Amino acid sequence: MPLKLLVTVKRVEDPESRIKAKPDGSGIVTDGVNYKMNPFDEIAVEEALRLKEKHGGEVVVASLGGAAAMTELRAALAMGADRGLLVRHDGALDPGIVSALLQALVAAERPDLVMLGKQAIDDDQNQAGQMLAARLGWPQATFASKKESLESEAEQKKQPGVAVAADGKRALVVREVDGGVETLEVALPAVVTVDLRLNKPRFASLPGIMKAKKKEVREIPAASLGVELAPSVVVRRLLDPPRRQAGVKVADVAELWTRLHAEAKVL
Amino acid sequence: MSNVLVIAEQSRGTLRKATLSALTAAREVARRTGGGVSALVLGSGAGAAAEELAAHGVPVRLADAPVLAHPLAEAHAPVVAEAARAAGASWVVTAATSYGKDLLPRAAVALGAAVATEVLAIAGDGGEILLRRPMWAGNVIAEVELRTAVKAFSVRPTEFAPAARAPGGSVTPMAVAVDAASLGTRFVELQEVKSERPELTDARVVVAGGRGTKGDFGPLSALADDLGAAVGASRAAVDAGWVPNDWQVGQTGKVVAPDLYVAAGISGAIQHVAGMKGAKVIVAINKDADAPIFQIADYGLVADLFQAVPALRERLKAG
Ligand SMILES: Cc1cc2nc3c(=O)[nH]c(=O)nc-3n(C[C@@H](O)[C@H](O)[C@H](O)COP(=O)(O)OP(=O)(O)OC[C@H]3O[C@@H](n4cnc5c(N)ncnc54)[C@H](O)[C@@H]3O)c2cc1C
Ligand SMILES: Cc1cc2nc3c(=O)[nH]c(=O)nc-3n(C[C@H](O)[C@H](O)[C@H](O)COP(=O)(O)OP(=O)(O)OC[C@H]3O[C@@H](n4cnc5c(N)ncnc54)[C@H](O)[C@@H]3O)c2cc1C
Repeated sequence: MPLKLLVTVKRVEDPESRIKAKPDGSGIVTDGVNYKMNPFDEIAVEEALRLKEKHGGEVVVASLGGAAAMTELRAALAMGADRGLLVRHDGALDPGIVSALLQALVAAERPDLVMLGKQAIDDDQNQAGQMLAARLGWPQATFASKKESLESEAEQKKQPGVAVAADGKRALVVREVDGGVETLEVALPAVVTVDLRLNKPRFASLPGIMKAKKKEVREIPAASLGVELAPSVVVRRLLDPPRRQAGVKVADVAELWTRLHAEAKVL
Repeated sequence: MSNVLVIAEQSRGTLRKATLSALTAAREVARRTGGGVSALVLGSGAGAAAEELAAHGVPVRLADAPVLAHPLAEAHAPVVAEAARAAGASWVVTAATSYGKDLLPRAAVALGAAVATEVLAIAGDGGEILLRRPMWAGNVIAEVELRTAVKAFSVRPTEFAPAARAPGGSVTPMAVAVDAASLGTRFVELQEVKSERPELTDARVVVAGGRGTKGDFGPLSALADDLGAAVGASRAAVDAGWVPNDWQVGQTGKVVAPDLYVAAGISGAIQHVAGMKGAKVIVAINKDADAPIFQIADYGLVADLFQAVPALRERLKAG
């Protein structure tokens, strides 16, 4: 059975960038900061593409935000997604609003699976997928991973980690949980959020990038979706965390032991 | 009412220690709002965990039913919502474990609650409660306000001391109305990582390795066993399949705050540091004198870990 897959793509600060709070606490210093697709969302896009390669179907990518998010949508289209949706909103969002806007997209697109990153690496909230599943009354499988390592043969063969049954009615999802690895079976349609070890995302090829420019991206004003857009998680100010000071370099193992034993008293 | 409900976490009747940190955070909220604290234990055969939690001076609702045997968010969330209403709770608190993070946002939707994840501290004056939580891998701490009538948050266990035992607790059973046939989620299996070592998040000492181990965790494991320590790892080591995913420390793994953290063959990427910078003493062993880990280590040793770690074990034995 062909699958319709809806994948979310958030524009976030590059994890390699140095992030710090502005002195007045009103935001972060954005000078010299680069932006890219949330790394977890890259993994969600990759997984959806592998599912499509196996089962057939369509991969629709969606982003919520300002016009700049078009860059990340194009990046997902260049990886191979079929078309994009950009829900335009220039103000602050929170996971509750994100999930409500996504619910409206789901109502229009009717996907079999919605795939999101488990967390966005800017806000690190880890909520949007669970809230979306709750709103839809769908099963959820969060923190999707797989048992095979990222160096395994299954990964080299680009097999999907999420195992969708041939009839398209159910999927087995392996999850990373405290204390081990859990497997759940979910009835479709369902919401899956992905963890880091589900797959290694592909790089976009040059022809992929060229093709992406011609793929359809529909812009939808957030205000047209009938969702209350006032955030209920409000960031009042940002602070710098306490910084650790660099300590000393010790000459050898003997000195290390003495310091830990006599000075720090931890051994 | 501004009562606070704590969602407990248990497995086969054993209460998870992180719940006691959530209880401490819940009491801090209640002290400010003037409300009462109660707790909810969900599971099947979870009575012993409920008794254990009650022994910390808190009234416990026990939702015990076969349909709750596995920690499925779809089954547990409606029970949480019902218990929160019954308790007149305007705050719902749990530990930021994989169970808590999976469950809380789903339950929050039923309660119309906004959620803050991984709360580190509770701030604000008078009636106003602000929650401090990390963003951008802990590079920034945000002070957030939740504007919904019912509010929810998960607690980073290392930031709140576990509640102590106290009298005055009780256990009251609660009827469970979840219909197993209505669930779209089915538990298949749990492959547990079994270990004789202490839990990573509870251990007094953590010995962690990264890509620099080249896949050989032998020396680090031996040192960990000498010290009664847990073993941790960087994402690079876990991704390579060298060690279980459960060992990952960092932004997207476990957050630890031991007395001593030994990082060997780990470069000190910000995402790793996010999970261990709360350690009292950090030791770094790395071949590269310029590795960023040395910027946060209390004691840095520029050395090959395959020589330094066995030598440290020798020195320990000599006493
Ligand atoms: C100027 C500014 C002000 C802000 N103020 C606030 C504020 O006051 N309160 C607040 O809570 N947040 C604020 N935010 C951040 C807000 O926009 C977050 O995107 C929102 O809170 C969602 O949380 P999250 O991304 O951490 O969700 P998570 O639950 O961590 O995200 C999980 C997954 O959801 C999907 N997702 C989330 N957001 C999007 C998106 N926009 N587009 C596509 N997919 C998405 C992604 O797949 C992601 O991997 C602000 C941002 C900006 C730029
Ligand atoms: C979204 C996202 C989330 C992430 N989450 C996490 C997370 O939760 N946890 C995490 O750890 N990482 C996380 N990462 C990855 C992180 O950015 C780093 O890539 C990772 O931590 C590097 O692991 P490492 O230090 O083991 O490897 P490397 O950076 O390759 O460092 C290896 C070190 O070993 C040293 N070395 C080599 N041989 C020896 C020897 N014989 N003796 C001594 N030293 C030696 C080298 O000098 C080097 O410093 C995340 C990344 C992203 C993008």
